[in-house]
Amino acid sequence: MYRSHVLVCGGTGCQSSGSVGIIKKLEEEIGIQGLAEEVSVVETGCFGLCALGPILIVYPEGSFYSMVKEEDIAELVSEHLLKGRVVERLLYDETVKEGEIIALNETDFYKKQHRVALRNCGVIDPECIEEYIGNRGYEALGTVLTEKTPEEVIQIMLDSGLRGRGGAGFPTGLKWKFALGNDSDFKYVCANADEGDPGAFMDRSILEGDPHSVIEAMAIAGYTIGAHQGYVYIRAEYPIAVDRLQIAIDQAREYGLLGKDIFGSGFDFDIELRLGAGAFVCGEETALMTSIEGHRGEPRPRPPFPAEKGLFVKPTILNNVETFANVPQIILNGPEWFASMGTEDSKGTKVFALGGKVKNIGLVEIPMGTTLREVVEEIGGGTPNGKKFKAAQTGGPSGGCIPRAHYDVPIDFGNLLKIGSMMGSGGLIVMDEDDCMVDIAKFFLEFTVEESCGKCTPCRVGTKRMLEILDKITEGKAVMEDLDKLEELCRHLQTSSLCALGQTAPNPVLSTLDYFKDEYLAHIKDHKCPAGKCKELLQYKVLADKCIGCGICAKNCPTNCIDNVEMEGKKKGVYVIRQEDCVKCGVCMEKCPPKIAAIVRE
Amino acid sequence: MLERTQVPPFEGTKEQEKQLLAMIAAHKDERGALMPILQKAQDIYGYLPIEVQTMISDETGISLEKVYGIVTFYSQFSLTPKGKYHISVCLGTACYVIGAGDIFEVIEKKLGIKGGECTPDGKFSLDGCRCIGACGLAPVLTINSDVHGRLTLDDIDPMLAQYE
Repeated sequence: MYRSHVLVCGGTGCQSSGSVGIIKKLEEEIGIQGLAEEVSVVETGCFGLCALGPILIVYPEGSFYSMVKEEDIAELVSEHLLKGRVVERLLYDETVKEGEIIALNETDFYKKQHRVALRNCGVIDPECIEEYIGNRGYEALGTVLTEKTPEEVIQIMLDSGLRGRGGAGFPTGLKWKFALGNDSDFKYVCANADEGDPGAFMDRSILEGDPHSVIEAMAIAGYTIGAHQGYVYIRAEYPIAVDRLQIAIDQAREYGLLGKDIFGSGFDFDIELRLGAGAFVCGEETALMTSIEGHRGEPRPRPPFPAEKGLFVKPTILNNVETFANVPQIILNGPEWFASMGTEDSKGTKVFALGGKVKNIGLVEIPMGTTLREVVEEIGGGTPNGKKFKAAQTGGPSGGCIPRAHYDVPIDFGNLLKIGSMMGSGGLIVMDEDDCMVDIAKFFLEFTVEESCGKCTPCRVGTKRMLEILDKITEGKAVMEDLDKLEELCRHLQTSSLCALGQTAPNPVLSTLDYFKDEYLAHIKDHKCPAGKCKELLQYKVLADKCIGCGICAKNCPTNCIDNVEMEGKKKGVYVIRQEDCVKCGVCMEKCPPKIAAIVRE
Repeated sequence: MLERTQVPPFEGTKEQEKQLLAMIAAHKDERGALMPILQKAQDIYGYLPIEVQTMISDETGISLEKVYGIVTFYSQFSLTPKGKYHISVCLGTACYVIGAGDIFEVIEKKLGIKGGECTPDGKFSLDGCRCIGACGLAPVLTINSDVHGRLTLDDIDPMLAQYE
């Protein structure tokens, strides 16, 4: 028994900011100060507040330390762990209110959250199956195998109202029911961990923080539809998640929770990992299966749906990681419990990766029906640097930009579709007044052009033509007819593309056209980018009469494109920007002393 | 038209070939084995030149066209070798709105190469990538397995100097 536990976040975010070094240093220092028998250091999954990493929590006090550096560790160990005095200067400042230390759950970031899919992330050691079992892990699988028929499990799933968390929101119970109804010698269960949306990392955090929940749910799904083999298709770009998932699979096999005759029920089930190789389209279900089979990951027309002919032409279900993470909790707590959260249209919670221009960047899990305002302003802490919120982007390259006018719409599957966006897998990027909406639309089109697999013409050619028009607009070379052409192309792609990638590719364009048409018009008619983002439409200049020749701009210019030239009456000369080498980053204008303000953007 | 980049001559060693053949033998009877084989082959050689693809095709009996088709489909597979230090700038949405585009352009200018290229001395190569999931550290880039986050344009020179 230890008297104190130090939980250190070992998710990708915190590891990137140095948590591996923190753990090493902690263990060293705890040894030096003779506390090795009393204090245990545990590496956990993500706590959610990635912007403040590396993060650690000391229990039993629950002290939440943020942005900890290796230099702080000696003090932390001697003060807190040895002498029992909390090191206030390292505490997350939101947990200190008027001199009092408040519980983490009371802070703005955590107050409105409700953790179901993330319940174990940041709580248990993901590489230790005992800790998962200690938190009621594998109890749901045991219950299902020994007490429930497949039909009963499907009824529970249907009653819970769980809808797929990968984006489209198809009812999970219904998907399982179709697969159960199709007789076959082989069936498969696949988990979609090919989280390709740029700016989304929910599934990665679940796999890093609680891999067993996905394994347990896959086994439950296997029993329900009559499959004995599962595959997890996971991005190769997630090395930590891959490692932990493999460790978890090995442990589950060792404990007899995967393999032959699980819980003595006669049910066999095993899981293999398959690594993706960087193709966004492989998040589409038929493309993902084609890729597991060892081909180019191109989608194929549906029907037949995978529940009938999926992987290796056998009945297959594919669910997203977050969907699976909800399943054991639904079995344990009952479908009524799950259905009591959320809205009429969407039950339960949803995990969002909150990013972009927001103070508290990180992972949040909220009940469906929470408003965008609550997420951005209360949980996220609003936009930084006093800038104004302009839009929030959800659904990645398939979604849209939600303007302030819809700040108070409750977030659920149906509502997001109604306002021209979609749930998507859960990326939520906040944009402020400095972001140009035409540029954002172009950014996503560049993405879809690159990621279009090329199988069907509307998507392969259509996205390219759309991007060309957007390029013209951002360069100030477009005419009004181009906008009509753009809208027409959008309609063609929506109706005639083979898979969801092409069908939804117009969404970023359509939603920005809907809500921010004035910005498009400013580019086309006035040849101006109101946000000052589109580089072809702006340049930086040094005003010779104001320049005092101090050279601060030249010293800070990252591309060394500012030269000193002689000028009569100016002892130190003046500075001039070589436009051909300028990348228009704006550092010079930022660094020019405010009193002088000799650099302007036009 | 695709731009063709100059590919340096293949310099695989006997040792690498032995590793490759053993790895193929271990995997080739699995269902859907080609992807894992290509991934491991890239781990061995660092990239997948036509010579390596040919060996894989010969050993597995899968046609070279199909192997090539897969290698060029997935962005993880590379037909050209990477630099000693491979810089990968995250151009996911969260990093993009916080200025990753400028970071990428400035590095291009500083190294005198474009994305997808390698410096002539073989030291640095540069690529954009889509979200490594460290959005809390935006804008972020990786150099080999080191992660550099919360970058400003001022950080680029000292950062590159660490790899001189």
